[in-house]
Amino acid sequence: YIHIINKADMAASKGLKILVGCKRVIDYAVKVRVKPDRSGVVTEGVKHSMNPFDEIAVEEAVRMKEKKLAGEAVAISVGPPQSQETLRTALAMGIDRAIHVEIPLAQLEKLQPIHVSKLLAKVCESEKPDLVILGKQAIDDDCNQTGQMLAALLDWPQATFASKIEPSQDSKQLRVTREVDGGLETIDVSVPAVVTSDLRLNEPRYATLPNIMKAKKKPLAKMSPDQLGVDLQPRQEVISVEDPPVRKAGAKVESVEDLVGKLREKGLVK
Amino acid sequence: KLQSSISDPMTSPPPQLRSQVIALYKNLLYMGRDYPKGYAYFRDRLKSVFLKNSGVKDPDQIKVLIGRGEFVIKELEALYMLRKYRALKHRYYEKDEATTSATTSSSDKEAPTKTQ
Repeated sequence: YIHIINKADMAASKGLKILVGCKRVIDYAVKVRVKPDRSGVVTEGVKHSMNPFDEIAVEEAVRMKEKKLAGEAVAISVGPPQSQETLRTALAMGIDRAIHVEIPLAQLEKLQPIHVSKLLAKVCESEKPDLVILGKQAIDDDCNQTGQMLAALLDWPQATFASKIEPSQDSKQLRVTREVDGGLETIDVSVPAVVTSDLRLNEPRYATLPNIMKAKKKPLAKMSPDQLGVDLQPRQEVISVEDPPVRKAGAKVESVEDLVGKLREKGLVK
Repeated sequence: KLQSSISDPMTSPPPQLRSQVIALYKNLLYMGRDYPKGYAYFRDRLKSVFLKNSGVKDPDQIKVLIGRGEFVIKELEALYMLRKYRALKHRYYEKDEATTSATTSSSDKEAPTKTQ
């Protein structure tokens, strides 16, 4: 579909509409344990919270609102009923309203970025945001795909691994500084666009209890994948999940002769 | 100022202060969920500190203590932010930065001798 933006001066307009993606993941500080049957990791009774890169995305949207660059910020989460708590945190940080795309438990484990990006694309059709900000990757699957796939589905430009977002020199585009191998790259993208947040984009504020309570009054809409007409058929099968191999201790040698001797022992040198 | 500092054991502090103290306690308790040493550890210490000061009646002294509590909230926010940033930096960037610095320093060593 085509979404044409009036390329008016960004500073003068009533501000961008931002859609922010949040994912509920196992808390970053929790020691993850593999299930005995090696089918996955233990999630029952384990502390969950918003993906740290998504917190950075939410913070950026709120800051853009404070700078009057954005007019409205909407948070969206694709996940189980408990994702509502994640959305409430986003609302407490300053997001205006939230959308929860609820996934039945049976389909949750097989959900992949391809499905999530299709769901988000459908929501973008009705919400028509000017900017979508997602965390660069989730700390549970480390896929780093949803943002890129979403941009491709919508045929929008993408600026991934953003460490800075500001208006371009002529204020008609967004100037995004990206963290790439070996340094920083600065690009101008036209809106609407998809941006994924990197660690150094900002420092997210803490959602304190008073703000969490105030957030309960903000609108939270529910949607289902069927309503959006997206097929959640799994495309991958998890064969096994295992702990990484335990690192074997190394040995220190005193001389070159020792080193050669030890290498001979291991059959690495004749 | 002098009159208010003379505490009268008969009068109790204004009710707004009481609700402020209760709100402070609830906010700190909520933040305890992310405390590195665990919620139970935090909650027990929070409880004992508030109980220790529960006898304070002077409104000015109560305001000082509330201010101290709000300072602790700010300190906890900073602690949590720093912990999370360091953990993510270590997990996602440490290896990259080590590789980049290793390759940069070795190529830097080569360049000057070549031009000489």
